Amino acid sequence: MGLDAFIILFIIIFLRRDLDKSPDSQFWRKRFNYGMILTIVLGVFSQVEIGITILWDLGLIAIFGILAYIIYTIDQFSHKKYFIVCWAPTIILSFLFGQIENFFPSFAESWMEVVAAIMVFTIIWGFGLWLFGRRQRKALERERKIAEEKEKEYQVTQEIRASLELEVSDRTKDLVKQKEELQKTLEELKSTQDQLVHSEKMASLGELTAGIAHEIQNPLNFVNNFSEVSNELIEEIQEEFAKPKEERDSELIQEIFDDLAKNLSKIQSHGKRADSIVKGMLQHSRNSSEEKESTDLNLLADEYVRLSYHGLRAKDKSFNAEFELDLEEGLPELKVVPQDIGRVLLNLINNAFYAVNERRKSGKAPEDYKPLVTVATKKKSSGIEITVVDNGAGIPKENVNKIFQPFFTTKPTGSGTGLGLSMSYDIITKGHGGKLKVKSKEGEGTTFTINLNEED
Amino acid sequence: MKILIVDDEKDVELLFRQKFRREIRSGAIDLVFAFSGSEALEILANDDPPEVMYMFSDINMPGMTGLELLDRVKKDFPKIQVSMISAYGDSENYDKAKKSGAKEFFTKPIDFDSLRKEINDLIN
Repeated sequence: MGLDAFIILFIIIFLRRDLDKSPDSQFWRKRFNYGMILTIVLGVFSQVEIGITILWDLGLIAIFGILAYIIYTIDQFSHKKYFIVCWAPTIILSFLFGQIENFFPSFAESWMEVVAAIMVFTIIWGFGLWLFGRRQRKALERERKIAEEKEKEYQVTQEIRASLELEVSDRTKDLVKQKEELQKTLEELKSTQDQLVHSEKMASLGELTAGIAHEIQNPLNFVNNFSEVSNELIEEIQEEFAKPKEERDSELIQEIFDDLAKNLSKIQSHGKRADSIVKGMLQHSRNSSEEKESTDLNLLADEYVRLSYHGLRAKDKSFNAEFELDLEEGLPELKVVPQDIGRVLLNLINNAFYAVNERRKSGKAPEDYKPLVTVATKKKSSGIEITVVDNGAGIPKENVNKIFQPFFTTKPTGSGTGLGLSMSYDIITKGHGGKLKVKSKEGEGTTFTINLNEED
Repeated sequence: MKILIVDDEKDVELLFRQKFRREIRSGAIDLVFAFSGSEALEILANDDPPEVMYMFSDINMPGMTGLELLDRVKKDFPKIQVSMISAYGDSENYDKAKKSGAKEFFTKPIDFDSLRKEINDLIN
């Protein structure tokens, strides 16, 4: 068997080796098997020089041509193209030299060395190219594998992305649900806050009721007493007039008339006093539509100190404290919402009384301790300053910054809502553009200062 | 007879002076007024021995309360009779006043007839 037959046989073997198990491959496997047998037969025939040798050689060339055709036209084998490029020179030259040897033996004899050299060269070319191609093919294979892996990775990534997207949409749903729930809670909280603010107002009204009752009872008693005594005076006058003219005591009559006039003006002033207390109470409980009006802050301070004092007094029999009013005369009226400022004053004054009373009860106060709350008004260059001063135990340093926070309270549970000062702060700063400040020293007392400015 | 009336409401003076006009004019009683506990103690301390024989005191007053005043008067001037007048007729105040030696306990609004009777009883 010649070199060409061997080469063809190997090409077929390599092609056959790459086949897989698909039915399509079975078709090619069969044909490659026939091809191999035919190649072996033709190779042997050509070598042992049976019959017309050139026919066998042409047959081998034809098989090579068919292989080249298959490799170049069918995609499945296209990666073996380099086989053809490698071995075509060897096959063709070996065929040509074979024929020259047959037909011109003498010529071949004299060119033997050159022919051998060319053949060796083609074989080296073939092997070289074959090795190179193989290597290149392996590199390609590697790259293909890398590409495949990348493709796989890409697919995995796609899958992860898809599942992530699903998860994200799930999470988004959850978040939307949570957001809605939070919004609902927020709305509930807001309405609860409104209710709390309202109940704080009502609570402070409750604190007022006892004070108000006492405050109204006093003027009403005077109205009743003065009317009654006036009736007695009139009876007395009638008695005098029943006497003969000479016996009448004109001095007494004059005195009684003077008293009657005094009594009537007292009745009026106490009636007005009761009236203004009732009006104040109504204003205090009113919820909204609060309008600013010119207000005498001295009157307001006086009224609320008394309300607070009598309120606490009525509620707690053991309560006792002194209060002082230091109200600057001729204080200009200021445009404020009187019931709001009243609420603030009531709050601060109640707190002050609470503080001094607590200190008195605590047993920690000095023996000559006199609980005292002072409410003062003062005209300032650009408005009015109201101070509520107590000589209670003072506010501990760590609490001073918290007292305006909503719900902060040091009173026992149920005694304070913790909203009083935070509401007061809002009323003064937001409602009136003023300032509410606190100064406190432990063991000495606390001063709250309200600054209200004349608004333009 | 000198009677001291203690109340932080100043109009009480006018009212009492009119209510007891006849008694005052006849010289049976002499009314003195104080508008706080400390003022009452000052008045009592002015005369030695005190001319005041009877004191009526309100309980609810800023500063010294009527009950505190009662204790002080009973301690310093044990001969002076004291009766309390309060807007709050609760038993707590009543018991405390009685325990401290108050003669009577009147509630506001004052029933002047019973007050007059009390004073007349004392004069006779």
